[in-house]
Amino acid sequence: MAQFRVCPDSGFYFDRSAESLMKVNAVAGVVSLLIAGILALGVILTRWQDVHLLPADLFYQVLTAHGINALIFWVIFFEIAVLYFASSTLLRSRLAAPGWAWAGFALMVIGAVMNNVAVMQGNSSVMMTSYVPMQAAPHFYLGLILFAVGALIGCFVFLGTLVLAKDDKTYDGSLPLVVFGALTATIIAIFTIASGAIILVPTFLWSVGYINHIDAEMYRIIWWALGHSSQQINVAAHVSIWYLITGILFGARPMSEKVSRFAFLLYIFFLQLASAHHILVDPGVSSEWKIFNTSYAMYLAVLASMIHGLTVPGAMEVAQRSKGYTKGLFEWLRKAPWGNPVFSGFFFALVIFGFIGGITGVVMGTEQINLIIHNTIYVPAHFHATVAVGTTLTFMALTYLLIPVLFRRALFMPWMAKLQPYVFSLGMTIMILFLLGAGTLGVSRRHWDMDFTGAMLSFDYPGTAYMMVAVGGIGGVLGVVGGAMFLIVTVGSLLFGKKLEPSAGLFQGFCGLPLADSVYNVEQPPRLERAEPVEHHHDGFEAPGTFVLALALLVCFVVYYAINWDYLSSVWPIG
Amino acid sequence: MSSFQPPADRIWWQVPVGKQEIIWAGIALVWCLIMFFMMPYWHVYGKQNLSTEAYQTNAEKYGAAVEAFVEEYQTGVDEQSGMPIVTPPAGSDIYMLGRLWQWYPILNLEKGKSYRLHLSSLDWQHGFSLQPVNINLQVVPGYEMVINVAPDQAGEFTVICNEFCGIGHHTMLGKIHVKEN
Ligand code: HEM
Ligand SMILES: [Cu+2]
Ligand SMILES: [Cu+2]
Repeated sequence: MAQFRVCPDSGFYFDRSAESLMKVNAVAGVVSLLIAGILALGVILTRWQDVHLLPADLFYQVLTAHGINALIFWVIFFEIAVLYFASSTLLRSRLAAPGWAWAGFALMVIGAVMNNVAVMQGNSSVMMTSYVPMQAAPHFYLGLILFAVGALIGCFVFLGTLVLAKDDKTYDGSLPLVVFGALTATIIAIFTIASGAIILVPTFLWSVGYINHIDAEMYRIIWWALGHSSQQINVAAHVSIWYLITGILFGARPMSEKVSRFAFLLYIFFLQLASAHHILVDPGVSSEWKIFNTSYAMYLAVLASMIHGLTVPGAMEVAQRSKGYTKGLFEWLRKAPWGNPVFSGFFFALVIFGFIGGITGVVMGTEQINLIIHNTIYVPAHFHATVAVGTTLTFMALTYLLIPVLFRRALFMPWMAKLQPYVFSLGMTIMILFLLGAGTLGVSRRHWDMDFTGAMLSFDYPGTAYMMVAVGGIGGVLGVVGGAMFLIVTVGSLLFGKKLEPSAGLFQGFCGLPLADSVYNVEQPPRLERAEPVEHHHDGFEAPGTFVLALALLVCFVVYYAINWDYLSSVWPIG
Repeated sequence: MSSFQPPADRIWWQVPVGKQEIIWAGIALVWCLIMFFMMPYWHVYGKQNLSTEAYQTNAEKYGAAVEAFVEEYQTGVDEQSGMPIVTPPAGSDIYMLGRLWQWYPILNLEKGKSYRLHLSSLDWQHGFSLQPVNINLQVVPGYEMVINVAPDQAGEFTVICNEFCGIGHHTMLGKIHVKEN
């Protein structure tokens, strides 16, 4: 029985069950993002002191749900879809154990609903981190555990599919780079979920009364083995998608397979360490351990990200230059398809992730500098650059690509899609930069009231702090508008988008493959061949523009790093 | 299309790497090493390093130690909050505790003198955030953290709680006064 269809526009082969699973996972992710986005409006309009929308209890409840729906449910549902795409579609293989994959999906949905219900009921406003000894309702933890088990099943389905593809010889040679990157993400995910189980299962038992004490510091250390490495799943996943998007849009090939894969390997080896970022100012943790751990041994995972930072745009530059965009340093970039949201979304994600998220992350993860940043609103500002723009916008860009390819629908309101990455990036960048500033002035995160209403003592923040949070608020609202535009386009496309004829589409023939009908009429796709060989010429600089951009990043990095040491040196001596 | 195809060269790990990537990876590695060695460097030459002195404790034990400290050195009562004001001798062990929702007691310190500040929580986790200096520490129940502080400015400083600790979190403030000597 034929179980594949070939997308006439992209040439991708979709296994029937993988296709349905990708669709449901992506849709579940988008629904989570919708919830998170509505809640984000409540969060930002409350932090913006002139508006101060929600009462305190509701604010903390909404903030808890915002963090969990955005960072856990949206991102991981979407990642499972990406894993199935990377293993089944890219490798042209049947999906392993679709029954298990459905069971995993069901668990994830049950877990997500259960957790949301717990938070909505109001006695589980414990924030995403659910630090003990503050206690949530048992089904808060149980929901997270079920969700994690479901995601773990998804990881094993991915691994199983890689094995199937190998056995069926669906491809020739080594795994493609993008699949290799996805494999990296999966390996990290398995470690992460194991840490999650180690800490959340006892916490669940404690919440129902079987265990009477959980050490608060131990909880923090193990929780962050989950919390931090799960961010590395996101990094590995979105970097892989960057390679995919540049490959699809420009026909880019990795500048060097060896270098890019080595960088992914560094993630696997060193990312697990970084849990110390979050406990740099905790009691009793030794300095040697903190230094080793917070720097991922010796910043070797940062090194990996800096390498990807060169090789992703570098690959694009080389491809563009070979098409004749060779004028000056940047013609390849100027002549890029800025009106295509797949490109603009990817590119803004890359730049904001690297220049803002990356630099602030390393700076605040420095053992001593953390003293002036820990738990200020600088921290959420940093991770909105990494996950709310880096990961989320990358996933949005990929969604624009998948709507015609996977769902066979034309984009609904393409002009809105075209503008969306600009609005979202602009809004989020404003919010991020100003909240970074507010954090530097000591404004704290997870805090309902900058005026400290009702406190027995009083404190006045400087006027600039209020101003920064307010401007951040305006940026945040614009960011929510950008998020809403994404949802309108996606949901609109699925509901009202024109059904694509077998031969039409946005990305028609971008792989130069023959067109075919989009019905399941392919028994076994032809083997995925190795890339066309090219001549390797390594005499000069193949991507000078990218090199200049990389140096610009380095300069910002060095200057900002130095500024923060200088700031640290001005505070009270402590030891 | 190639990043999502198997590498062109079967033995891709033997393909030589371009000059540009080697140079960039080299620069990046040097920068990573500089950042790495900055941290031990600051331990030797910098003045802001968090001590790692800490003890396991519990609410009764720590609460009793703070009460004994207050009793010994109390010099007044803050009118606004009714909280004791404590003026410990320079160089001594001083105590502060976090609980729902206050930082207790109010401390009177002298500029330029060094103190051993003990911090712990009697209930949930709290965040010790000294403003406007902007020093931030995590305060964890069951652990007593001891750090040396040497205020180098005079004035009134506020301790904000910056770890979420329930509905009154935003009302959790404390004070440290530093006087010129
Ligand atoms: C669309 C616009 C968004 C806005 C305006 C927004 C705004 C905010 C703000 C202001 C905070 C900090 C509140 C505080 O600590 O007091 C926050 C927290 C958070 N946001 Fe967002 N956010 C947005 C999107 C996202 C996305 C897309 C993600 C993840 C993929 C995300 C993940 C988080 C997380 C994990 C927290 C921390 C919650 C906690 O402290 O437990 N946000 N958001
Ligand atoms: Cu507190
Ligand atoms: Cu608090």
